[in-house]
Amino acid sequence: MAQVASNSSTSEQAAGAQGLQFLLNDKLIHLNHCPPTQTVLQYLRTEQNLVGSKEGCAEGDCGACTVVLGELNHQTIADERAVRLRAANACIQFMPTLDGKALYTVEYLRQASGELHPVQQAMVDCNGSQCGFCTPGFVMSLWSMYLEHQANNTQPSDIEVRTALSGNLCRCTGYKPILQAGQAMFDLPSVNFDHVKLGMQLNALQREEPMTLPSISAARIDKNINDSDVTYFYAPKNLAQLITLRTAKPEATVLAGGTDVGLWVTKQLKSLGDIIYIGQVTELHQLQRTDQGLHIGAAVNLSDALQLIAKHYPQINEQWQRFASVPVRNAGTLGGNVANGSPIGDSMPWLIVLGAQVHLTSERGERHLPLEDLYVDYMQKSMHADEIITAITLPLPKPLQRFATHKLSKRYDSDISAVCAAFAIELDHNNMITDVRIAFGGIAAIPKRATKAEATLNDQPWSEASVQAAMQALAEDYAPLSDMRASAQNRAQSAANLLYRFYLETRTEQPLSVSQLSVFNHEANT
Amino acid sequence: MSTEQSLSHAAPHESAALHTSGEATYIDDLLELSGTLHAALGLSEQAHAIINTIDLSQVTASEGVVAVLQAGDITGINDCGPINQDDPILADGLVQYIGQPIFAVVAHTLEQARMATHKAKIDYTPLPALFTPEEAQAQQHFVVPPMQCVQGEPAKKLETAPHRLQGTLKVGGQEQFYLEGQISYAIPQEDNGLHLYCSTQHPSEMQHLVAQALKLNKHQITVEIRRMGGGFGGKESQSAIFACIASVCAQQLQRPIKLRLDRDDDMMITGKRHCFYYDYDVGYDKHGRIVAAAVNMVLRAGFSTDLSPPVAARAVCHFDNAYYLSDAQIKASCGQTNTQSATAFRGFGGPQGALAIEMIMDNIARELGEDPLTIRKRNFYGKTTRNVTPYDQVVRDNVIHELVAELEVSSDYAKRQVEIKTFNQSSPVLKKGLALTPLKFGISFNVVHLNQAGALVHVYLDGSVLVNHGGTEMGQGLHTKIAQVVANELGLSLTHVKATATRTDKVANTSATAASTGADLNAMAAMKAAHSIKQRLIKVARTLVNDSQAEVIFADDTVQCNADHWAFSELVQLAYEQRVQLWADGFYKTPKLNWDKDAMKGNPFYYFAYGASVSEVLVDTLTGEFKLLRTDLLHDAGEALNPAIDIGQVEGGFIQGVGWLTTEELVWDARGKLMTHAPSTYKIPAVNDCPEIFNVQLFENSNREPTIMRSKAVGEPPLLLAFSVFFAIRDAIASVSNYEINPPLDAPATPERILNAVTQARSQASP
Repeated sequence: MAQVASNSSTSEQAAGAQGLQFLLNDKLIHLNHCPPTQTVLQYLRTEQNLVGSKEGCAEGDCGACTVVLGELNHQTIADERAVRLRAANACIQFMPTLDGKALYTVEYLRQASGELHPVQQAMVDCNGSQCGFCTPGFVMSLWSMYLEHQANNTQPSDIEVRTALSGNLCRCTGYKPILQAGQAMFDLPSVNFDHVKLGMQLNALQREEPMTLPSISAARIDKNINDSDVTYFYAPKNLAQLITLRTAKPEATVLAGGTDVGLWVTKQLKSLGDIIYIGQVTELHQLQRTDQGLHIGAAVNLSDALQLIAKHYPQINEQWQRFASVPVRNAGTLGGNVANGSPIGDSMPWLIVLGAQVHLTSERGERHLPLEDLYVDYMQKSMHADEIITAITLPLPKPLQRFATHKLSKRYDSDISAVCAAFAIELDHNNMITDVRIAFGGIAAIPKRATKAEATLNDQPWSEASVQAAMQALAEDYAPLSDMRASAQNRAQSAANLLYRFYLETRTEQPLSVSQLSVFNHEANT
Repeated sequence: MSTEQSLSHAAPHESAALHTSGEATYIDDLLELSGTLHAALGLSEQAHAIINTIDLSQVTASEGVVAVLQAGDITGINDCGPINQDDPILADGLVQYIGQPIFAVVAHTLEQARMATHKAKIDYTPLPALFTPEEAQAQQHFVVPPMQCVQGEPAKKLETAPHRLQGTLKVGGQEQFYLEGQISYAIPQEDNGLHLYCSTQHPSEMQHLVAQALKLNKHQITVEIRRMGGGFGGKESQSAIFACIASVCAQQLQRPIKLRLDRDDDMMITGKRHCFYYDYDVGYDKHGRIVAAAVNMVLRAGFSTDLSPPVAARAVCHFDNAYYLSDAQIKASCGQTNTQSATAFRGFGGPQGALAIEMIMDNIARELGEDPLTIRKRNFYGKTTRNVTPYDQVVRDNVIHELVAELEVSSDYAKRQVEIKTFNQSSPVLKKGLALTPLKFGISFNVVHLNQAGALVHVYLDGSVLVNHGGTEMGQGLHTKIAQVVANELGLSLTHVKATATRTDKVANTSATAASTGADLNAMAAMKAAHSIKQRLIKVARTLVNDSQAEVIFADDTVQCNADHWAFSELVQLAYEQRVQLWADGFYKTPKLNWDKDAMKGNPFYYFAYGASVSEVLVDTLTGEFKLLRTDLLHDAGEALNPAIDIGQVEGGFIQGVGWLTTEELVWDARGKLMTHAPSTYKIPAVNDCPEIFNVQLFENSNREPTIMRSKAVGEPPLLLAFSVFFAIRDAIASVSNYEINPPLDAPATPERILNAVTQARSQASP
């Protein structure tokens, strides 16, 4: 329940809480307590009667709930303005993660005069809505893009509009009119947004101390309610606080972007108990290129992380575009993808072949592990209960290294891989293989290197015969499963064919270009 | 705005501003009445089993739970089937698919209700289960007896045909995936009555089934729907189970009950488009003209009858698509399986029926080494001869020849075909494909008596007009079109006319908004109602000018009669003072229809809609991935009531069809559990599935029948335009065998199926 001011009680102070503060459509909201896993969408619809944001799937896959979050840029490479406004899925974002942020819903957009915002007017003009249920979500995705381009005085390309809408499903229109609206909105009289003012407001909301937010009111806690009925949302501010908390509460759920954890609540109906949120830990927001390579803090979202990595490894561009959707990438983290360790996580195969290291920290100190060594068996990791993944580091590209990664799924946008492949190879001047790393996702219980296939290739010429032998050897590396994404036979065949595609692309004689090998890179109608 | 403008101009959707501002109200957005409770459903975990015992003690004890209801708590009849009574509202002793509702939990919050549903302990004795149409066919397990339509002497002609081709084909089903899930909100009223907000395409049937379940008269139940967040057929009969459960709970507890489905539960419980298995046998001459065709289609009907018989009948009546079949045997069987009860979905069997003959055309072309389009054109219905369908209806409005000719030119078909063949010779991995496919789609309900509609038009004293009609708004722009028609009739600008929520207490005994007939039926009824009022106003005007023969013109919000003219609202006020009735009803029934459902002969359709599409794809022969590079659509909507809305239907229907034939795959596991029950696993088209080059035009045509303003229905037919994508993929695959092999490709054409077809085409190709 929204309360304008807090009457501090003893137990609140004991809990070290001053409550959750955020801006909702420019209005300051202060909550002294909140169920740690209440979603933003539930709050908007049931407690604020802001029903413009819809629930279409409650798992971040349809975008009907899309809102925009404004927050201060955490990144140490502060080459952008202080405030960022990005699309988010309200259906899987937990309320307490809003602390110190600004939340905008579709209800914010109509102007004071009652006129529609240019984003909305363009949607009307282009016939961008039919049943209208997905429309508020599309409007918010378009609005976040509008703000970005308006601030930079640019207009998006068709591909940029498509990317911005990759997390919104429409079942009626077939998308064409919405894509048109994404351009037409820039032709209407513009409506400005005051980034500077928001920056100041958000700065004023930043806290020095960690937040500890109870699930129920201080008054009820005071009435000696059974301790187990109260859960807490902890948002430490620095690494030391995080490690102390983790040591004290090894059973608590660690939360980063929540793009998977959110579904444990909305779909599996799990009670998560206490939550330790790493999103406010300053050190975990480090994102930089160092002499050793790329350092990606565990709280860095995928949009930022993939952007930096793609600067150095442009071969991941397609993976980047196809990694979930914009709102999921804005919330989800590379650390979370790696920590989750799902056999179908899309980052691990290429992180593994590029030699990524995972940084694990506990009270006993920090240790580094090659990423492939983190995974032991299905959902089993060589990680202690008190350890936190704090960063992932990636070496810089090697001059002779050839690298490629591919994702195979039923749909281009926002799908889960049937097979995800990554290859890195180094050849000497005699076309001999000096180093080869092959890893796949989707075809084993864990993301895993193809050691047998690699063995057949080491010290061999990079030739048709060698690649055929390696393709054969893949059968010994993996015993894929059949499921709704693909049959075992198809996964095996596709894995081998993807290796062959890599050969065609990197062979010394008459290599094929990417546009000759990928339907998604091909220039249409050439 | 002139009169003409208010009719045919491309007015945006009446709710467009509300949609974009988030102010359009869907049922879950209504302010909840105090005391509202929330329901969630406990589902079967067995595909076919006897329920021995149900232990609900932990469910009842779960936090926030107010009540748990089972089949025995239903006062009236425990059934919600639209045709046959084989659809229990709550399973009673027997479960017939995984996902079938067994009990309803009512709690203070939705989360509490959902949490509690998982705490039941149910003991089952499993029974043998069938899952595929092939299994059902083998066991002769059908929900209704097989049906067939026979024309000429197909068996004899097959024997003597110069060429013969036999084969099988499988086409998957499709989840409707309306963005707004199923929802019902039932509110008890005085004197045992009930007001039900229900996201449904068929309010009258909801009223009927709720009355039956609650053992009340229909006049005690009011069903209301302002708008749905999408329907696509999935809220025609499938909304009933939720309408009934919410109403039963409301009746028992005398509290407002909201039942809003979680997406996964929705997909686990509700029926989808029927998947089909076909076995065909055709004979053709050296020109590729079909001389005889026999097809046996087996549908996966699911556990109950639902709408499977009319779906099968429409499939039978669309196997011909745009082609003349002199001698044909078209058989359809509704296989009973232990899966969700398959139901209506845009096209209602029509797309499945027509896809089979397109596969046959494609096959004949490659057998003869001809371009598939050439073969298609040779088989088109004639205009004056070769123009009788297998079900004996004469095709009188055939425009497929000129429509296809126009598209062939505008899409540069011939030139691109040559370019593609050149490209493929020099491209080792990626192959392009091109296809042009036609469509003909019959408009009307296949059941004659459903082709009726009513409307009420109220003119208020300020001149504003309110229209109520039997149709429901699900995004297709029905209310917009009807408001346009009424505005046009009364010479008003569109802002004066509003079409509002569909309610069973306004227009009674309505048909479902389905079969693309929404505007054909309801706009005609609304126009007739407006016309009655107009006639009365004409009398008033003539009296005022004292000239009983005077011409009275309604235009530009004014009424003119001889030298006098009044603002429309002024004349309305004058009419009121003369005690003239300012509201009227209208009723319409489609003429010329007859149908013998046993012989499968007659005139089931008032007219046909036509269209054609050309698609070009790029296929990866190493992975089976494809990209749609370009599509050109040309579609016949007659004289479009609203070209903007109609183009939206064409584009949206096309992309939805592309989803059905490519990315959307329903997968059940060995136990019969649907594994694709959320958007994470079930992939409807997303934004990058919309081709970069997407040219869409309406074909210039006029309905030869006197339909509303000579328009044509446009809801379902465009879904068939997606055929071109499927056959373009097949064309690209065939290139690896130098177009000599017919690649065995079932739908949906997922990367796996495409790769398998490539592999087979390669292995069978001559060296």
